[in-house]
Amino acid sequence: MSDVVLDLQSVTKRFGDNEVLRGVSLQLHRHEVVCLIGASGSGKSTLLRCANMLETIDGGDIFLFDQSLSDPRIDPDLVRRNIAMVFQSYNLFPHLSVLENILLGPVFALKRKRSDVIDEAMALLSRIGLSERANDFPERLSGGQQQRVAIVRSLAMQPALLLLDEVTSALDPTLVGEVLDLLRDLAQSGTTMLIATHEMGFAKDVAQQVAYLDKGVLVEQGTPEQMFSNPQHEATRKFLERA
Amino acid sequence: MSHDASANALETPTLFVPRRKLLFTGRRAIVASVFSSLLILGAIIAVFYLAPGGASVRYFFFNPHQMWQSFTGNPSKGLSSVGAGIITNIWMFCVCEVMVLIFGLLIAWVRMSTSAVLFPFRVLSTMYTDLFRGIPILLVIFMVGFGLPALGLGFLSTQSPAVYGCISLTITYSAYVAEVYRAGINSVPNGQLLAARSLGLTSSATMRRVILPQAVRTVIPPLLNDFISMQKDTALVSTLGAIEATRAAQIYASTEFNFSGYVVASILFLLLTIPMTRFTDHLISKDRVKRLAAAQ
Repeated sequence: MSDVVLDLQSVTKRFGDNEVLRGVSLQLHRHEVVCLIGASGSGKSTLLRCANMLETIDGGDIFLFDQSLSDPRIDPDLVRRNIAMVFQSYNLFPHLSVLENILLGPVFALKRKRSDVIDEAMALLSRIGLSERANDFPERLSGGQQQRVAIVRSLAMQPALLLLDEVTSALDPTLVGEVLDLLRDLAQSGTTMLIATHEMGFAKDVAQQVAYLDKGVLVEQGTPEQMFSNPQHEATRKFLERA
Repeated sequence: MSHDASANALETPTLFVPRRKLLFTGRRAIVASVFSSLLILGAIIAVFYLAPGGASVRYFFFNPHQMWQSFTGNPSKGLSSVGAGIITNIWMFCVCEVMVLIFGLLIAWVRMSTSAVLFPFRVLSTMYTDLFRGIPILLVIFMVGFGLPALGLGFLSTQSPAVYGCISLTITYSAYVAEVYRAGINSVPNGQLLAARSLGLTSSATMRRVILPQAVRTVIPPLLNDFISMQKDTALVSTLGAIEATRAAQIYASTEFNFSGYVVASILFLLLTIPMTRFTDHLISKDRVKRLAAAQ
C-alpha cells in the first residue's frame, strides 16, 4: 500500500456563482499532520467536507488510498467510516449519554458487537479523563469536555484519517488548551490528521506541513519553519502578520 | 469593631424607593381569588336565571330527568342512548389515531425524501397535504361517505357510515400530522445529520438513531393537539347517519322536543378531551422547564 492516505488533485467546488475551491492540490501521508490555515471563508471547511464526501466536488479528483472518490460506484458511507470528522460545534447527540455517543458509530455503522466496543469506548474516555462521566448527557459537560468527547467519538471508528474543522473556535479561551493537548497527544501517537485551525502556535508545534488557503487557492505549502519564518508569498506574509 | 460597623452603616447610601403597597399576598391572595371567582360565577348564574327565557332554557337544556333518559336511551320509545353513542366516537378516534400516525409519517417521509425514483410521489404528497389541509372536513366526509358507496366497488362500497367517517378523518388528519412530523424533523439542527453521516451511518440509520428520537420530543405536543381536535371532529360523522353521541342526541331532541341530550353529549366529549388537554399542557410545560435548565 502506498504511503499516501489522501490525495487532492486540483479540486474545484462552486456554490452557485461562488467559487469556493479553485484547483486545490494537497497530499497527506500516513502519520502526517497537515494544518490548513487561512482567513474565515477561505475554503478550509469546504475542503474538509469534500474530503469526507459531505460535499460533491465540481472538478479535479480526490483519492483515498489510491481509490478515486468520484467513482460513482463508491459507497460514501464506507468512505466516511474510514475518515472521521470533528466539527467546530461538537455536534454530540443530545439524546444519548456520553458512552452511547461513542458507541453509536461502531455499533450501528460498523455493526460490531456492543459488548466488544464498550471496553474500547471506556478506554478512550479514561484517556481523556472522563470515564466517570460516561453516563452523563452531553449538556452536563463543559464545551471543552464535549469537544474532547466528540474527538474520541470519531476515534472509536478507528479511522485511517481524522479531519478537524476549527475544533477550538467555538470554545471559551480557557478551555482551548485541554482540546489542543489531546490533539498533540494524538499527533504524537501517529494519528493522521488534516486540521483546519486558527491556532498558529499549535500549527507550528504539531504540523509536519502547513498549507495556506486564500479565497479558495492554495497559495503556499511547506514545513512550519519555512511557512512561519520565511513565507515566500506576499499574501501569506500579510496573513501571518495579522494572525 | 462595633464602632467601625456603625461607621460603615452611616456611609451606606440610603435608597429612597417609593414603597408600593402589596395588597394581595399570602393568605389574602387566596381569599381575594376565591372571592373574585365566586363573584364572576355568581354573575353568570344570575344572568342565566334572571334572563326572560331562563326558565325555558333550563327546562329544554338542563332538565335532569331528560338528561338521564337521553344518556341511557329508551328502546321502547325508539330513543338512542347518547352514552352508548360516545362509545362509537371513542373507537372511531382510537382507530383513526393509529392510522393517522402511520399515514402521516409515510407522507412526511415521502415528501422529505431526496431519491430520484420517488419524485412523482414527492409531488403527489405535496399536493395531498395542500389539498386536504384546505378542504373543510365536512365536505371530505360527504364526498367519501356518499361517493365511495356510489362507486359500486364491492367491499369498499358496502361499509357502515362510521367506517367512511374514519376514512375521511384519516385522510384529512394525515395531511395535518404529516406537516407536524415534517416540522419536527426539520427542527433537528443540521449538525446532527452531518455528525451522524460522517460517522458512516446510512441515511436510514441516521433517521432512526439520531433524527427521529430528537424530533419526537418536539412533535408530541402539537400531535396531541391535533388528536384533541380529531376527537371532537368524530361528531361530524353524524351527518352520514352513524349513531354516535351527537346523532343520538339529535334523535332524542327531535323525538322528545328536548335538547338536554346535546348537553349530555357535550359533557361526554369534555370528559374525553379535558384529560388529554391537561396532559398536553403538562408535557409542554415540562419540556419548557427542561429546555430552560439546559440553556443554563
